[in-house]
Amino acid sequence: MTEIVVISRLVPDLVEELEIASNGTALDRAWLRLIINEFDNHAIEQAILIKEKVGANVTIISPEAEGVEDMLFTTAAKGADKLIKITGVGDEKPTNLSLAETLAEIIKEINPDLILNGVQAHDDITGDLAPQLADLLGMPYVGYISGVELGDGKVTAFKEYPGGVLAEMEITLPAVLGIQASEEPPRYVAISKVRQMMSTASIDELPAGDLKIDGDAPIDRMYLPEAAERAEMLEGSEEEVAEKLTSLLQDLGLL
Amino acid sequence: MTQDIYLLIEHIQGQVSDISYILAAAAKELAAKENASVVGILFGSGAENLKDTLALDKVIYCDHDSLAEFTSDAYKRTLTALLGEYSPRALFFGNTTLGADVSSSIATHMKFPIINSCIKISDSGGIISQICGGKIMVDSKLADGTTLVTMNPGGYKPEEGQGSPGETITFNAPDLEGLKVKLTQFIEPDAGDVDIGQEKVLVAIGRGIQTEDNIELADELAALLGGTVCASRPVIDQGWLPTSRLVGRSGKSVKPDLYLSLGISGATEHIEAITDSKTIIAINSDPDAPIFDIAQYGIEVDLFDLIDPLLEQLGSAKD
Repeated sequence: MTEIVVISRLVPDLVEELEIASNGTALDRAWLRLIINEFDNHAIEQAILIKEKVGANVTIISPEAEGVEDMLFTTAAKGADKLIKITGVGDEKPTNLSLAETLAEIIKEINPDLILNGVQAHDDITGDLAPQLADLLGMPYVGYISGVELGDGKVTAFKEYPGGVLAEMEITLPAVLGIQASEEPPRYVAISKVRQMMSTASIDELPAGDLKIDGDAPIDRMYLPEAAERAEMLEGSEEEVAEKLTSLLQDLGLL
Repeated sequence: MTQDIYLLIEHIQGQVSDISYILAAAAKELAAKENASVVGILFGSGAENLKDTLALDKVIYCDHDSLAEFTSDAYKRTLTALLGEYSPRALFFGNTTLGADVSSSIATHMKFPIINSCIKISDSGGIISQICGGKIMVDSKLADGTTLVTMNPGGYKPEEGQGSPGETITFNAPDLEGLKVKLTQFIEPDAGDVDIGQEKVLVAIGRGIQTEDNIELADELAALLGGTVCASRPVIDQGWLPTSRLVGRSGKSVKPDLYLSLGISGATEHIEAITDSKTIIAINSDPDAPIFDIAQYGIEVDLFDLIDPLLEQLGSAKD
């Protein structure tokens, strides 16, 4: 049976206001609302699609964080076979390299054919997780993938280039792919099905290795962007704003 | 010994990508502060002339059949060999679908530190990055030895990196047998649809459009303005519009007279593709949405409260 591992991370919800921690070099994570990294959500969907098409055993691995159990049980409701939570991560975001080192040790035991991960996470500053993991495992890596066909000892993946061009890549397995988009949009599952998983599925807990908070390139400061050149805001009731926008478009010669 | 500032030149199907010029501009600025030269790394097959329009002090060119087009395995092997001989102060990659395939894995392989998403070199020669969809800025410094940097567009214009290069040094490719990644073909986008890169008026929709049915509203708006509907990534991923309408890093870059965005927050990959628009007007319910930082005009409102009065006003203005 084909073994697929998906690494899924929670990231700050950008709809919420972000604040900087008192040390000035990290996000204040105390009140941060976390959501699934949307690219990882696509990676999960892609793994389930492959499982439905050709059969596979799908393992989801996630570093612990507020809400990670719910996220893992949701993947089980979608069809994931095995759930692993990495414990001992702490409140700070570890560097991707140290997380990759922990993941590499866990993944070597599973010995998968294919590892899928979201191509990026918006809060990454010291490198991307999937290519780092690929190097540690001695596997090839290709990212920005929006289609995967599993073959015998290889995978055909469609890589997105600027301008809507796709590059068809043939990659020898085992391999790590950075998923940009799954072939179908990530599915929704009923909350009742997730609840059912909470009582029937189990989450294995594996301890993290030596996680580091700081990368090797020193971060001096993290801060909110200055909004000096912000847009001129059109204010008022909806009707007033509609009127202002209409006359603005007329002034610009666009109507 | 002075360590120079290096960059990896990106090219696809015989065309040097804009990001290569942006890398040259950033490298030039950093090199001036470090009193160093700018060195471009070019891989290709019979492609040495691709260096000709770049502002570089020096070029290291490696020619091999397997380097004709970018693939991560061949590039990684060749770069790793090259970095065994040369020791840059910094090596810039595009944070693109090409550069990001190799930058982090080379950093891990060579044990070099890496900094993501640089948009600008600071006055003191530091790296200014933008993360969290443009909502957070980060200042960092080059470490001792070699630091890798991935670069987002936005901070420099491609013109700033145009020029003509100095001497070219040849680098012999390492053993490239048994590559694990092979490019089998390019698949061009369906040419049947409109080319949003050429449209004068674009109504762009994002996650805020919420449902497929609501796209009708954007269509109506576009019809009144004589424009076309395009979209950011989430809309395309849902399959609500074809990929030909995607604006962003892996879609099209656009330059319309009017870019009217509805419910687009303005993630970095999106913003970098719309900066050449003449007028950007953004409608979004989140007052902190990064799109308001690059739009000339903004409206903080629930899109669905505004759309009816707006369609009405535009309709009567046209009559």
